[in-house]
Amino acid sequence: MRKISYAAAIAEALRFSFLDDPAFSLVGSYVLGLGPERMLMDPIRAEFPDRIYDPPISEAAVVSLGAGAAMAGARPFVDIGTGSFTYVGWSPLVNEAAVARHMSNGTLKVPVVYHILHGLRGGGAAQHSHSPQAMLWNAAGIEIVIPSSPCDVKGLIRSAIKSDNPTMFVNHARLMDIEDDVPEEDYTIPFGKADIKRKGRDVTVIATSYVVHGALAAAQTLTKEGIEAEVIDPRTLVPFDRDTVLQSVGRTGRLVVADETNLSCGIASEISAIVAEHGFKSLKAPIARVARPDIPTPFSYPLEQAITPTTDKICDAVRKIMAWS
Amino acid sequence: MTLDRKTSLSIFERMLMMRHFEEAVIRLYAEKRFASHYHIYIGQEATGAAVLEALGDKDLICTTHRNHGHIIGRGCDPNRAMAEILGRATGFNGGRSGTLHLCDPSHGFLSTSAVVGGCAGLATGAAYGIKTKREKNVAVGFFGDGALEEGLVIESFNIAALWKLPIVYVCENNASGAWGATQGGYPGATTATDSFTRLPAAYGIHCIKVDGTDINAVHAAAIEAVQRCRAGNGPVFIEAFTLRWPGSSPLWPELATVTDLNEAWDPSLIKGKNADWSRQHDPLLRATRELTAAGHATRNEIMKRDKEARDRIAKACEFAIASPMPDPATVGHHVFA
Repeated sequence: MRKISYAAAIAEALRFSFLDDPAFSLVGSYVLGLGPERMLMDPIRAEFPDRIYDPPISEAAVVSLGAGAAMAGARPFVDIGTGSFTYVGWSPLVNEAAVARHMSNGTLKVPVVYHILHGLRGGGAAQHSHSPQAMLWNAAGIEIVIPSSPCDVKGLIRSAIKSDNPTMFVNHARLMDIEDDVPEEDYTIPFGKADIKRKGRDVTVIATSYVVHGALAAAQTLTKEGIEAEVIDPRTLVPFDRDTVLQSVGRTGRLVVADETNLSCGIASEISAIVAEHGFKSLKAPIARVARPDIPTPFSYPLEQAITPTTDKICDAVRKIMAWS
Repeated sequence: MTLDRKTSLSIFERMLMMRHFEEAVIRLYAEKRFASHYHIYIGQEATGAAVLEALGDKDLICTTHRNHGHIIGRGCDPNRAMAEILGRATGFNGGRSGTLHLCDPSHGFLSTSAVVGGCAGLATGAAYGIKTKREKNVAVGFFGDGALEEGLVIESFNIAALWKLPIVYVCENNASGAWGATQGGYPGATTATDSFTRLPAAYGIHCIKVDGTDINAVHAAAIEAVQRCRAGNGPVFIEAFTLRWPGSSPLWPELATVTDLNEAWDPSLIKGKNADWSRQHDPLLRATRELTAAGHATRNEIMKRDKEARDRIAKACEFAIASPMPDPATVGHHVFA
């Protein structure tokens, strides 16, 4: 199979969406970030000029616009840009888009996709490094999609656009240049299906987004020490695939959760709680969380590294729970 | 009166339904039939009714927390609206919205946002949806003067103007009344501007200021606005000056006496501490006077319509009170489509 970059896979999915659905439009076309991959959007801009609207710097109104357009039957893909700016549009996201279906008693659909680039990007400092997906998981009514591979991102974007629900599509700037096998045809990947990225018998490592790659690298290191880690990428947080996670922990008896959201009330915390509540009997050791400490993101490289869930930190967490008795 | 008989009577009938619906809501609250705070539309009926008269069936509406008048004026079922306010399973939204989030998408009534200004962004989005689907419909966003204090609303003006979206913003300025507005009557404690139209006008949005108690003027403004939008000329901002019924100044309105249309012809019947408002600002009494003066309806014909509206609302109350409460086992329904 041909290999293409994560960014190219996103661009392909967006192009298929334009071709597939006349109600599809793009609000904000800098979906691929500001790196060299952004050029991949140029042909799409040229092909669908009257269905792409680049908005002013007005996140609140843009998030609200996406919700209202979806209520009116359109299918907008709304780029918020850097994940930190989600907070500027927070009210229309959690007070309008997320709740409209429920408070209309199922008479209204809100098929909007919001897109962000979250996470520790290298020098983003405190205002360009946020990962709002944990807070969004705490706001009922939003589907949250968070892929890690080029193949997954393409199929999950297609599912997000076909979904009748408001969806937050969480990408990571550091994923954009990663290359891997991607089918050429149009396809979807269902929400709520975790992917086992690597099989292993000794410990389950659940990771999301860019940290999946850190977890896979950790597994390579650990295998030399005789530890076989199973690496699971949930791919969507809402809906969350409990079964795959609980079955894996049932086989391994040990769990490490590695993720870029904050330690307190973060993704790692929620997944740990799910396993503690529903998989307690399987556990041979305490669950370990490798998350971002509750510290605003500092700018300088060594300081930023100090809060990043790195491969080394994942290895250390695995070693610690393997040694627990 | 410049409006023809049919149009003016249609607007008037919408106003009667709005008024008697709100009087019933106040009564049901006093009877402790529902909890929560709520917002009463009395005093603004001419604006809502005349704008809604100017819309087509496929046009889309988003509104603000002072929403009862808009959903009733749109012609949505008063039974289901009242049942929703009482939190009943038969309400428009199965008891999930209550007074604050009433919606009926089957009539293009997309949303009530109780976040001040929230509806302006949603309505702008609805207009974006209309434009991208290449339809000729328009979106209308109703909000009060307080919404102009929200940044999201100003951002939405900019976007609507940039993209020439088919949206009519209807600002129901209920702070000062038409007379007060001529005296510079803007709420000085909360806004530094002396004219709300300066804000949308800064983005080149066509603005119309109108006496919101005059059904002729509001209808003419709404027709102009809707035609501009359908022609692809971009957004319009209407500022309608009304004065909210003083009885609803607190969040929990005092018990209203039921409006007696005879006061329109015999002002000596007007009594009580809100008498000045009734004489000078009540749009329903004004429309009543104007309809008979124009020869569009006799006093008897008007009183007949008034009774029909009262009877219809009484039925809505009976329906709502007799309706079952929602089943707690269904609480998790409709989180996702």
